[in-house]
Amino acid sequence: MTIDLKTVKHISKLSRISIDDQKAKKLEKDLNSIFKWIEQLNQLNTDKVEPLTSIAETTLRLRKDQIESKNIREDILKNSPKDNKDYFVVPKVVE
Amino acid sequence: MDEMTKDQYLIEKNGNKYEVIIGLEVHAQVLSESKLFSTSATIFGSEPNTQVSLVDAAFPGMLPVINEFCVKQAVKTGIGLNAKINKKSIFDRKNYFYADLPQGYQISQYKDPIVGEGSIVLDLPSGHKKIGIERLHLEQDAGKSIHDIDPSSTLVDLNRSGVALMEIVSKPDLRSPEEVNLYIKKLRSIMRYLGTCDGNMQEGSLRADVNVSVRKLGTDKLGTRCEIKNVNSIKFMQMAIEYEANRQAELLEGGKTVDQETRLFDTKKNQTRSMRSKEDAHDYRYFPDPDLLPLEFDDVFIEDIKKEIPELPDQKKMRFIEKFKLTPYEATILVSDLDTSKFFEKVIAKSDVKLSANWITGELFALLNEKNLEINQSPISPENLSKLINLISDGTISGKIAKTIFEIMSKGDKDPNVIVQEKGLKQESDPKALEDLIQKVLSSNEDKVKEYKNGKDKLFGFFVGQVMKESKGKGNPQMINKILKEKLNG
Amino acid sequence: MTNLLDLSLVQLVNRIKSKDISSKEVTVTYVERSKKSKKLNSYIEETFESAFKQSEKFDMKPDFNKKLPGIPFAIKDLFCTKNVKTTASSKMLENFIPTYESTVTQNLWNEGAILLGKLNCDEFAMGSSNETSNFGNVISPIDDNLVPGGSSGGSASALAAKLTPATIGTDTGGSIRQPASFTGTVGLKPTYGSCSRYGIVAFASSLDQAGPMTRDVKDCALLLEVMSSFDPKDSTSINFKRPNYFSDLNKNIKGKKIGIPKEYRVDGMPSEIEKLWENGKEYLKDCGAEIIDISLPHTNYALPTYYIVAPAEASSNLARYDGVKYGFRADGENLIDMYEKTRSQGFGDEVKRRIMIGTYVLSSGYYDAYYLKAQKVRKLIKNDFDDAFNKVDAILTPSTPSSAFKIGDKSNDPVSMYLNDIFTVPVNLAGLPGISIPAGLDKNNYPLGLQIIGKPFDEQGILDIAYSMEEKINFKLDINDWWMK
Ligand SMILES: [Mg+2]
Ligand SMILES: [Zn+2]
Repeated sequence: MTIDLKTVKHISKLSRISIDDQKAKKLEKDLNSIFKWIEQLNQLNTDKVEPLTSIAETTLRLRKDQIESKNIREDILKNSPKDNKDYFVVPKVVE
Repeated sequence: MDEMTKDQYLIEKNGNKYEVIIGLEVHAQVLSESKLFSTSATIFGSEPNTQVSLVDAAFPGMLPVINEFCVKQAVKTGIGLNAKINKKSIFDRKNYFYADLPQGYQISQYKDPIVGEGSIVLDLPSGHKKIGIERLHLEQDAGKSIHDIDPSSTLVDLNRSGVALMEIVSKPDLRSPEEVNLYIKKLRSIMRYLGTCDGNMQEGSLRADVNVSVRKLGTDKLGTRCEIKNVNSIKFMQMAIEYEANRQAELLEGGKTVDQETRLFDTKKNQTRSMRSKEDAHDYRYFPDPDLLPLEFDDVFIEDIKKEIPELPDQKKMRFIEKFKLTPYEATILVSDLDTSKFFEKVIAKSDVKLSANWITGELFALLNEKNLEINQSPISPENLSKLINLISDGTISGKIAKTIFEIMSKGDKDPNVIVQEKGLKQESDPKALEDLIQKVLSSNEDKVKEYKNGKDKLFGFFVGQVMKESKGKGNPQMINKILKEKLNG
Repeated sequence: MTNLLDLSLVQLVNRIKSKDISSKEVTVTYVERSKKSKKLNSYIEETFESAFKQSEKFDMKPDFNKKLPGIPFAIKDLFCTKNVKTTASSKMLENFIPTYESTVTQNLWNEGAILLGKLNCDEFAMGSSNETSNFGNVISPIDDNLVPGGSSGGSASALAAKLTPATIGTDTGGSIRQPASFTGTVGLKPTYGSCSRYGIVAFASSLDQAGPMTRDVKDCALLLEVMSSFDPKDSTSINFKRPNYFSDLNKNIKGKKIGIPKEYRVDGMPSEIEKLWENGKEYLKDCGAEIIDISLPHTNYALPTYYIVAPAEASSNLARYDGVKYGFRADGENLIDMYEKTRSQGFGDEVKRRIMIGTYVLSSGYYDAYYLKAQKVRKLIKNDFDDAFNKVDAILTPSTPSSAFKIGDKSNDPVSMYLNDIFTVPVNLAGLPGISIPAGLDKNNYPLGLQIIGKPFDEQGILDIAYSMEEKINFKLDINDWWMK
């Protein structure tokens, strides 16, 4: 499978990372060499293999329904790039 | 054929009839103290961003830990929907970027949900209709984007971020806005009985994505559907379906096709409109969340939850019909809402069942409707309504007087016995006193008595009215009837 | 009196406990040397002043029951530290100050350790040479222009250059063991679930583990004992009975069966590494262990599997860096424009490349061909190890297929860079513990390491083996402080 420039741009859109044409071309080259190498996996027949989703061979621990995190608004907003004491602020969204 | 389709909801365009196929994805907020994967509170209406933990705001290195109670609530709801409970389920990440989605993904369940297929029975005028449930899964709610405070920016409040939702997906079995109404009400009722969701639509505890498609009547193949996102009232759902079905039928009539897309219901224009541009076609890249392990539990876990399942609306309805001899109609109304059924059961604990059912579905519902109140906000308590009904049953007051007393009670929950005392509204049931009154009326209307005896039966009502008037409305009507009959026919 | 800098962590602890030296003395010594070592570019953030204050505080009221009494530590900048800037070596987080502490670092402070500063690493731990950091390359103290390895390159460099008595790193595909091998130090990646991931900037959640980096095996056991804990805040943290790795450390490995996987004899591997491995076998035999040939048939597929799984998880883990809540934000005309510019300018090229790989392998139409396929192969790799551990107690391999390379040597060829992790990656995929110990030098006098891989939760087993080998190998790191001249 080769990855064309259009695909590279589509992935960049999905990743929300803008790239210019020059970068896109470089990525096209890099991704193709990486995926050519990755595709050696196709030599393996895995039809009867169960996928491994979690390496920790236990099940999910359940926590009690208790409120432990109190109001930490100041901490939450402290690092935000646009100052506002109540909210996170982003460019206007039109739905 | 015509007979069969008479009650069917159909869209007509140029004489062509279209059937409307509807499926719902209901998002029901799980009743829990803390969030699905974090320990912050879930109280509605709190100050912005005051119920946000480091996990909810997706700070670097923060990890999800699941809330046991939310898992139980989902299983409980699944049992209430007669659904298959999956002892192993997987949490997946649904990846997309949005201002109110701090992680850049929503933790949801995709291939392996916690609850599988089930069903809900609707009570239609024509009988029962079973609506299939496809699945129920647990997922996180997003935060809230606020567009109308700051003219130049969007503000984000993450209080809801991470709140547990149950997404309940129906099969495309619904055929009309009315069925949708009944479906939502029934689902809401079941969850309220179970105590798993408060069903409060104003507060957003219950919202639905509505999938609508149309097909020419008589054809089998499903048409292309549109998903109308996040509609938060039954009325809006119905309006959205109506609009959308007409839009799609019109497109098809015009030889065009329906695009599969996500739409938004504009509550100001009563229209749906396309929400996202096509180039932005979403690709959610679901994959199992590596921060979580498979959710697994055993039969004991499920059995323990089963023990907590209360009597549900359908069972309660059967009991009301069998034990109390209510009509199916009365029973349906009385069980539809958990609080109503509780109110009813409180009243009948000390009062006549039939009279109680009549008064609740009649006078009380009218009053609540007029004042736009829920039954748990009723100005008349079940205790006092029960006393009022007993005053009727034991002949202390007439039904007519009871209505007057009810009116007074509605303005302040006063004991009807006290009202009867204060206003002297006690029914006159002493035969001697009534006989005197009757004698007085007959004496002053001798001509009419003559006419009656000559065959003018209709005059009987006139005598009853006159006696009632003399008694200032307090005469016991049954006794007046009885004595009058004896006097006139004797 | 010997030079303070020459003392191991365990020796320092003992000297402090016996009141021979104070925490302040130790702290001042390491700060002074760190200040003279800027050329190595190991530090991103220095907290020297607060370290002085804390060491004074410790000396005023010393608690000698602690396991790391008043010992200064510089740590990898991937661990969130309360009120101390944490960047993950990215422009994206260049001004980020956490209001919380990672569990692993908290465990250190709870045992009396003191923060010296935050150490450079590859951006978001993505790299094998520390060349992807937004704050510049890190230089190995071994030689001018030599990479220290990565991603815990700043940690390895600082440790080998004696800018910190010991340190901690994170290992997703070899990020502790490979730099340890390159710098002649000891690095251990614990079993997945042993050390909490809470508060560590995530790279690939199913692979990431924190672990100790030290001068010798004893130090390593002590530090692991402090770091490893069950943490309810991490759903993948495992509640097992943790031994006292340090006091239980034992050189007796008589009768232990050690596997030698034939698939690790890869094409083009330098003969000196071949030789190193042979020597390793001999040392083990000398200690009374039994050498057994084994096969891990899917070894060759580990790297391609890793380069699907890790980027897939990373593409999702790094979605939170969107300019909304913290970190860098670029101006944009609208929300989407802001996202795209923020992420384009905030991430470096390697991070962007991996996000794109991850996005691609998860995207509709490719999931089964890549991601699902990789999960299945991962299962096969895990099965290989399970089978092997039915026959042996531990596995011995080289840590890396080569010694450290020069800065810039591999940075233009991603695949050749990725191949450097060929021996370490399978261990992460299978969630196993692995330790790299220095075992010799190549023709340039660059260090080479041997790796011991253990059964799940058998950190004690591999520490014991490493401890007994260490004595036989008797490796001495000879660094002449060239960068200070
Ligand atoms: Mg939906
Ligand atoms: Zn949903």
